[in-house]
Amino acid sequence: MARIIVVTSGKGGVGKTTSSAAIGTGLALKGFKTVIIDFDIGLRNLDLIMGVERRVVYDFVNVINGDSNLNQTMIKDKRVDGLYILPASQTRDKDALTREGVERVLNELSETFDYIICDSPAGIEQGALMALYFADEAIVVTNPEVSSVRDSDRILGILASKSKRAEEGKDAVKEHLLLTRYNPGRVQRGDMLSVEDVCEILAVKMIGVIPESQAVLRASNVGEPVILDEQSDAGQAYLDTIERLLGNQVEYRFIEEEKKGIFKRLFGG
Amino acid sequence: MSDSTIELKGSAFTLSVLHIQSNNVVAVAEALASKIAQAPQFFLMAPIVVNVDKLNGEVIDFALLKQQLESLKLVPVGISGANDEQKVAARAVGLACLSTAKEQHPQPQQQNNDGQQTQIRYERVEVPVEVEVPTYKPAQVLRQNLRSGQQIYARDTDLVVIGTVSNGAEVIADGNIHIYGSLRGRAIAGAQGNAEAKIFAQKIEAELVSINGTYWTSEQLTQCWKKSGCISLSGDSLAVSDLEV
Repeated sequence: MARIIVVTSGKGGVGKTTSSAAIGTGLALKGFKTVIIDFDIGLRNLDLIMGVERRVVYDFVNVINGDSNLNQTMIKDKRVDGLYILPASQTRDKDALTREGVERVLNELSETFDYIICDSPAGIEQGALMALYFADEAIVVTNPEVSSVRDSDRILGILASKSKRAEEGKDAVKEHLLLTRYNPGRVQRGDMLSVEDVCEILAVKMIGVIPESQAVLRASNVGEPVILDEQSDAGQAYLDTIERLLGNQVEYRFIEEEKKGIFKRLFGG
Repeated sequence: MSDSTIELKGSAFTLSVLHIQSNNVVAVAEALASKIAQAPQFFLMAPIVVNVDKLNGEVIDFALLKQQLESLKLVPVGISGANDEQKVAARAVGLACLSTAKEQHPQPQQQNNDGQQTQIRYERVEVPVEVEVPTYKPAQVLRQNLRSGQQIYARDTDLVVIGTVSNGAEVIADGNIHIYGSLRGRAIAGAQGNAEAKIFAQKIEAELVSINGTYWTSEQLTQCWKKSGCISLSGDSLAVSDLEV
């Protein structure tokens, strides 16, 4: 049985797809057979971030409608073994997803995969609800600013009341908080909420803090998940996040502003 | 296809029952008319059942009886206490034959002084109605955080939240509200009118607090901001008091 993890946020543009790509790739690097599903029907982005947009033939809606099978539709990543992408349809809208259809696809994937990552669209409508409905775990992506935190709070409430686990009265969806675009310098100057502020407001266990980084934009533009850029701070932060997701204790990095003092210049950092 | 057009259900109704002791329809109608004159509004278009038990099986002109009742602005529904012969006659003029849950045998009343033959007795067939007796209703206790967009209403009771009420969440109670985490959303106590209701919170950062319709927004909560406190109604405005002993 696969673990179904939804990457969601409520608010758009906070880094859901970047995080889905990084986390899916990271789990595959660890040897787990992983599929990332793009639930953002009509605004497909995952295939771009993963650099597979030229290989999309069929999509998620085709599979649900029975026009194609999973083997025809899933795109196998050429960089990492055991990593597959199920792209969204560009031409349909979110109502094309039916609960029965999504369940059937997830059940079929569950038989062969270890992890299913559901990349949720923004908002709290049909598409987002469908992405989180079958989840066992949820990674809530939040930026350190008030509107993003508020929307994350909303989505946490929906996870606790409208997911399949909630409706069937099973164990609650396991919630993780992933803070992205974190800039310690701006936090120190009071322009941004700190890790502690966000944790206090949302009261959810933190799983990672990804620093604001040029590497993320670069990775998106070349279509390579940032986690493969092991030299970058964001890539390393995602690798730490994967360790925590797998239950390992890892010290947080990149949450303090780098001191550019004379000692650091002399002796290196 | 659809079954939603009709629905058949059993219900019990309170009906006036007219007990007649004479088969003289005109005499009955006269006696009834004088009775109705005492409270015309009460009887106007009232459904009525005729009990013919006291006639001891005597035949009565049901067609005339029905016509007389209708002319008195009553709505004859049916008869009760009838034997088979009477039932057949009643059905012929479109009256239903009703049987009471337990057949009653009221004592014959004394004759009126003027020797009137007809006795009219009104009997209310009482249907047991659940009477709301104010009883102790335990508080609604929630051991969770209430997220933005969630709303909880504790009807007729107190609400206890062992957790935080986020911005954009709303807690409402007809009684008191106790919050053992931070109150960042809205709290509305005494929602159905209760000036004695209070709001207790460990950390007040509320968007809005309201008691019995009197409210404060966060702008008026500066004195207790991020502190614990008890918010109550004092005269026409709200007041905050310390929770420290």
